[in-house]
Amino acid sequence: MNSSPPAGRAESSRPVASWWLLGPGLLWMGLLFVVPLSLVLVISFAERGTYGGIVWSFSLTNYLDLLHPLYARILGQSILLAAVTTVLCLIMGFPLAYYIARTTPRRQGILLLLVMIPFWTNFLVRTYAWMFILRTEGLLNTLLLKLGVIATPIELLYSNTAVVIGLVYGYLPFMVLPLYVALEQVDRTLVEAAWDLYATRWAILWRIIVPLARPGIMAGCLLVFIPSLGAFLTPDLLGGARSMMVGNLIQHEFLVARDWPLGAAISCLLMLFVMGMMRWLLHATTSHSRQEDAS
Amino acid sequence: MVDQSASIDIASLVKRHGATLAVDHVSLTVQRGEFFSLLGPSGAGKTSVLRMIAGFETPDEGTIRIDGRSMEAVPPNRRPVNLVFQSYALFPHMTVAQNVAFGPTMQGAPRADITSRVRLALDMVKLSSKEERLPSQLSGGEQQRVALARALVNRPSVLLLDEPLSALDQQLRQEMQVELKSIQARAACTFVCVTHHQEEALTMSDRVAVMHQGRVLQVGSPQDLYEAPGSAFVARFIGVSNELRGIVRRIDGERAIVHSPECVGEIQIVLPLHLAIQVGSPVTVLIRPERLRLSTAVQGLSGEQSLAASVDKVLYSGSDRRYLVRLGEHVVWNVRVPNDESGRHGLVPGDHLSVRWQISDAVVLSE
Repeated sequence: MNSSPPAGRAESSRPVASWWLLGPGLLWMGLLFVVPLSLVLVISFAERGTYGGIVWSFSLTNYLDLLHPLYARILGQSILLAAVTTVLCLIMGFPLAYYIARTTPRRQGILLLLVMIPFWTNFLVRTYAWMFILRTEGLLNTLLLKLGVIATPIELLYSNTAVVIGLVYGYLPFMVLPLYVALEQVDRTLVEAAWDLYATRWAILWRIIVPLARPGIMAGCLLVFIPSLGAFLTPDLLGGARSMMVGNLIQHEFLVARDWPLGAAISCLLMLFVMGMMRWLLHATTSHSRQEDAS
Repeated sequence: MVDQSASIDIASLVKRHGATLAVDHVSLTVQRGEFFSLLGPSGAGKTSVLRMIAGFETPDEGTIRIDGRSMEAVPPNRRPVNLVFQSYALFPHMTVAQNVAFGPTMQGAPRADITSRVRLALDMVKLSSKEERLPSQLSGGEQQRVALARALVNRPSVLLLDEPLSALDQQLRQEMQVELKSIQARAACTFVCVTHHQEEALTMSDRVAVMHQGRVLQVGSPQDLYEAPGSAFVARFIGVSNELRGIVRRIDGERAIVHSPECVGEIQIVLPLHLAIQVGSPVTVLIRPERLRLSTAVQGLSGEQSLAASVDKVLYSGSDRRYLVRLGEHVVWNVRVPNDESGRHGLVPGDHLSVRWQISDAVVLSE
């Protein structure tokens, strides 16, 4: 359908110019992304020296070690916590993003600013603040005790619940922003048209708004799920020893156990998992829409 | 008192947008099976009326009845009307067939029923071959047809059309005017169409309501509106009209003599019965360009009125010639002469002649 621009002399010089412009970005990515990542991949096949160094030999020991049920449990727990975080962010973020997308431009500006304000403060500091809130003698428990809602303090800190609270808090903006962009682009007259065609509000949501906002929903979910899966600061501070996630495990292997090859192997496995999941998700959604078209 | 044959009955409808009256005490009755148009310049309030009939806007005062049933507090999804949006508003993620099936699906019609109704509706707009396409793969004219089918498949009591042809090019627009009219006949459904395009309204409609600044100025058949406009605004908005303002000098039975300070000479008019015109009343006389005749002869035909004029400009437009003739310092009239009389072609700017018309062709309005 789209007509391609006519090929001409003026057109042929453009690709050269754009390659030059790509230069700095490519250099940056090459030096700071591809090289370190390749190093991690190489190290994952090496062996740990007796005193924590790296012995440069090729072996699959690290990957075979990962078959231990303990690691599978930590990975499973991480996936579960990241999934719960993503779902909660979606449930909370969607109405908020929808409201922002439909309100007056003035209010939109203010609300978007409010969504982004937490980024003005260091993430570590904000997580510490959550420790103060969730502690046994913290803000939340004191308040609930005073109000008589609970008789004895509830143990919130150092639990999976605390980790999820922290993750949802940290990554909610990453859900709201892409959702807002997608929902803002949904033409209001389409909603009116559906309403005119006997759709209830619920049907308008599921048949018109959600399908049209799908790219934004996907983007938001990936932006929350992936960093949640690899998070180590939040589970470290709010989860304690009981809620170890993959991120903590990697950090532990690198910094505490001084087993770089094993840490690298876990990192590679995590990346492989995320890549596989994205491929599956992409495939699932495209084949879903194709099937919809055919019916 | 509810008119049983009325499809839509609107009584003193008012809609305020802030301090301004977008719709100012509009009362209308649309008959069943009628092609009714709301015509007016942008900001006349016609779209507001349409959106209130559809249920997207709530009237501040007045009532809307559809098929005798009050529409107060009835949401759009429970009204027996469907709207064809100006932008068509087709669902971009659904195929043509899915778009058309949306209404019946939402109403919970049985699957087999939906399939046959969708096929019928697409047949009606001649789009059966494209039912698996996405809206983005269709041309503007085809999208318009899908929008029509998507509304008509629900067999609404009233079909509302918001500037239905405004997004189409000239050629397609004229084809669709005829097409819409025949679709309406086949669907046997009341059409209410909003447009700012007078030619569109005249060719398609059984009756037209001319709106201006929130008010309905005149309701009538296209012929009524063109030949007996009730106000200078209606006369100017529908077609081109030539105007002359003057004062009644003498009244002689059913005729009167009008003198205008704007040009040389006096003219005779037929007094309209419904207007109370006396000697000294200011009046406006309107004559359509095609009812005027240009003549260099001294003597006119019987029953003709004439005024002295000079040719200002000659505009050639194929089927006819338009002459702009000057009757006075501030009075320039449009005269349309069919391109068949060889004798007229010699006129050039600066020529002196007389403009003539039958006395009964002039429309008289009191100021």
